[in-house]
Amino acid sequence: MLRLILAEDSVLLRAGLTELLTRGGHQVLAAVGSAEELVRAVEAQRPDVVVTDVRMPPGFRDEGLRAVLELRSRDAALPVLVLSQYVATAYATQLLTGASAAGLGYLLKDRVGEVAEFLDALQQVAEGRTVIDPEVVRVLLSRQSEERPLARLTPREREVLTLMASGLNNQALAARLFITEAAVVKHASSIFMKLDLDATEGNRRVLAVLAHLSGQDRQDPAVTSVRTR
Amino acid sequence: MSDSTPLPEPAGFAPVTVLAAMRRPLRFLGSWWPWRCWAYLASGFLLGYPVLVVLVLLLGFGLALAVVGIGLLLLLGAVVAGVPLGALERWRLRWVEPGPVPDPHTSLAGAGPAAWLRTRLRERATWREFAYAALLGPVFGAAGFAVITLLAFALILVATPVIVWAIAPDTVMLIPGRAVSGPVEALGGTAVGLAGTTVAAYAGALLAGAQVKAARLLLGPRVEADRILELTRSRVRLVDAFEAERRRIERDLHDGAQQQLVALSMTLGLAELELRGLPQAAGAAALVARGRGEARVALEQLRDLVRGIHPQVLTDHGLAAAVAEVALRHPVPVTVDLDVPRLTEPVEVTAYFTVTEALANAAKHSGASHVHVVGKVVGDRLTLTVTDDGRGGADPGAGAGLAGLADRVAMLKGRLVVSSPVGGPTRLRVEVPCSG
Repeated sequence: MLRLILAEDSVLLRAGLTELLTRGGHQVLAAVGSAEELVRAVEAQRPDVVVTDVRMPPGFRDEGLRAVLELRSRDAALPVLVLSQYVATAYATQLLTGASAAGLGYLLKDRVGEVAEFLDALQQVAEGRTVIDPEVVRVLLSRQSEERPLARLTPREREVLTLMASGLNNQALAARLFITEAAVVKHASSIFMKLDLDATEGNRRVLAVLAHLSGQDRQDPAVTSVRTR
Repeated sequence: MSDSTPLPEPAGFAPVTVLAAMRRPLRFLGSWWPWRCWAYLASGFLLGYPVLVVLVLLLGFGLALAVVGIGLLLLLGAVVAGVPLGALERWRLRWVEPGPVPDPHTSLAGAGPAAWLRTRLRERATWREFAYAALLGPVFGAAGFAVITLLAFALILVATPVIVWAIAPDTVMLIPGRAVSGPVEALGGTAVGLAGTTVAAYAGALLAGAQVKAARLLLGPRVEADRILELTRSRVRLVDAFEAERRRIERDLHDGAQQQLVALSMTLGLAELELRGLPQAAGAAALVARGRGEARVALEQLRDLVRGIHPQVLTDHGLAAAVAEVALRHPVPVTVDLDVPRLTEPVEVTAYFTVTEALANAAKHSGASHVHVVGKVVGDRLTLTVTDDGRGGADPGAGAGLAGLADRVAMLKGRLVVSSPVGGPTRLRVEVPCSG
């Protein structure tokens, strides 16, 4: 059982999500409707994990995302799952350009319909892994020109990379693709070799891949200049 | 947006420089203004009377010979003669008015004489110039002649002592029957002459001012300027209203339909989970799963729609991120090379929709295999170029999208240039001042 704080400005969704999380066996400590309340609630109650919407009052821009970044700057280990209406990779990148990406998730809101997967992703985040929505990864993967090393990946390797980005570990990956764990490890090492990445553990691998995919400078959190090649 | 768009000054109400200069009478008398006015008026009647004679001759012979046919040509000549005269008068006006009066005629570079004549006869400006030509001799010429005559007499009076001294022992009579006895007594004449010169200076300035006003009314693009003013205003209103409506629709979809669909798919997901546990409800579980799948498709379509209306990433992260996002999804490979800071909202929105419009056209019509988007800010100007390697031949006039874009760009006092020779490449270029 996880102790959660939920931030979502739509009353309808707030009620629905609270019900879903409660049925999933978790405890919703507070369900709030603004980024400001979220920060206060987290400070007061110290939850196991935070679930938040991106767009929230007062400005209806990326207040939720900013609140989370602020919370993470105070407590880098606070697990956070961000729900978004937008596939836009800029939001995922903004979230992941922090000091650490351990325990971070970025999911499209559609995903809550797949209740089991959603609850699973929440669990992954709470345990300190990184979860990126497969749709976001798909967009990043879809448009890559020949110069990119990514073009060298086989379709199977792309599939493995996508699932890896969505937070699955080798065991779950093997089960999903009906292959052995050894085969997964082989694919993974092949991927990292082709992408010229250090094969370090877990989140850092996912992050390295994402940063590589999006072609963004991870050292620059205020993204003002983008070059896509 | 409307605040930042200065509208042109209506010609009739603009201040006349020479009249403004007269508000400080002493400084006015000591300045070059009286001399400029006199020169303007003198050249005016030297020009006005020959013009009057020519006009009278052309009109007279024209009317007399109208039956024969050649007279009609003379009448046409009289009317059209106002056009070069108008140009000359606009040029001459600069002696007394630094703010130039713009040419009211449409540009006809490269047109043949017949086309030129047809267009000019159809323009109101031509007829206003003809009216001005008719006024020039009898009204402005006559008044100018009066002022110059007054000036001449006044100057002679000023010089009386010198004249008296020079022609002595002959006598000078300022008032008939009474001879001026010597240079000292002639100083009275000098005083009167100076007063006359002053009057001539003021009268000349007033007359020149009146002629500036008349020239602005008759020789400038007066009616057209009013129309452009109103057009600009209504276009600002339209673009503003359009933008507000776009925002409202986006907000409604986002806060309404999208949230409802997410809640629906969530409820269906929960129902599916519950039904899965019951073997006898396997059919129902499959139906619920299908319903959830349909809700997901609807959500995806709605998301694409909302993004097309107004992309949130543009508001939050700016032009470069929003364009990169579009490039990622585009069916044709796109290279983005954008080096721009955050800009004002109207500029970012306009630039963004320029890129999406260009990309949409490239995907639909051009058969391009690659598109290149380049943008940078130099000084106060954003320059954005979208080039594809397609077959070209795009008609900028045909697409409603491009016309709408041109309007938006024009609102920001920028320009949109489309170059698309047959055989390609198609290049769309936008330049906008960053102040918006």
